[in-house]
Amino acid sequence: MSARKIVITSGKGGVGKTTTTVNLGAALATAGKRVILVDADIGLRNLDLVLGLEKRIVFDLVEVAEGRCQLRQALIRDKRFPALSLLPASQTRDKDAVTQEQFSALIDQAARVCDYVLIDSPAGIEGGFRNAIAGAAEAIVVTTPEVSAIRDADRVVGKLADRALPIRLIVNRLRPEMVHAGDMLCVDDVCEVLQVELLGIIPDDEEIIDTTNRGEPLVLDDSKRLGAIYRKIARRLEGEIVPFTSFNNGLRQGLFSRLFAGLKAG
Amino acid sequence: MIEFLRRIFAGSPPSADTAKERLRLVLMTDHLALGPEIVEAMKRDLVDVISRHVEVDREHIEVTFERQDRVLALLANVPILSVNRPSPPPSDGSPPTRPRRKRARRKAAAPSAPAEAAAGT
Repeated sequence: MSARKIVITSGKGGVGKTTTTVNLGAALATAGKRVILVDADIGLRNLDLVLGLEKRIVFDLVEVAEGRCQLRQALIRDKRFPALSLLPASQTRDKDAVTQEQFSALIDQAARVCDYVLIDSPAGIEGGFRNAIAGAAEAIVVTTPEVSAIRDADRVVGKLADRALPIRLIVNRLRPEMVHAGDMLCVDDVCEVLQVELLGIIPDDEEIIDTTNRGEPLVLDDSKRLGAIYRKIARRLEGEIVPFTSFNNGLRQGLFSRLFAGLKAG
Repeated sequence: MIEFLRRIFAGSPPSADTAKERLRLVLMTDHLALGPEIVEAMKRDLVDVISRHVEVDREHIEVTFERQDRVLALLANVPILSVNRPSPPPSDGSPPTRPRRKRARRKAAAPSAPAEAAAGT
């Protein structure tokens, strides 16, 4: 049976595609799935760094595509998660070093030796993005609850829908207290605007900065708050129905209840 | 708390609501950023309909989209060359239409050859 081929994309940069790819991949690997993470950001690779495998790169994706080495030579096995491997992007080549056909063929090849291929797409909707979605059969769109990220996500959703890829949404960096105060879009609003099925809600948490600094997926550490959230998302991907953690999602108070709450607080 | 009081007294809506409304509008516009081929087809159809009644300058038609308040509007600027109908009207005895030239940009002097616009394309 061939693997699930899932592209993780967003349109806008800096919303957490790479962090999501790493932690979701690690969560799936922890659950016993064989996972290959593919960095599709040729020329601006970062998946290796966030995953903490940057020192172990020998060959990269472009060299595999060009037939200069075997896929298995380029795959870097993560010692912390035996089921997790990384196919790094090239740092010295540019986006058009690989064609869509080559990229698709590469993903298919990877899919033969694992259960999940997670493709970390570059930002934007140009060549690199088109490559990244060319080989995928499903898509996860990552956004933050901000207008610019949502607008770009919408654009990407349109592109993915054109290719008839099933799409699910991860809302990243949610700040429940701001949602509660009416200062941030709630998850329901984001889903309503984008018209995409929800896969996960990830609260904003400084943990992520600390673990990224060290190149350690959060999922490694059971004490991390976000680790449990990524594991839940992994279970949802597996088809399990897992209730969403309540972050007072959608809780919006009217003037009177707010006044009342204000009086109580005061 | 100060922020809370300010909001109550100033009556400004929570910014999340503003964000949602702005997004709704901008995405509507984005989605309506129709492909050029669709805009062309629309233009052609519009002109065909208008040409049944007046002669228009096909070369100088502008079709644009503009957001007006909460809705998106299609604005068509169709220069009318002549109010003489290019083809005889159906004899239904309707009164002759008044020559209205709102927004009509009259081109040069005489209508340059009443080119049968509807035919051909």
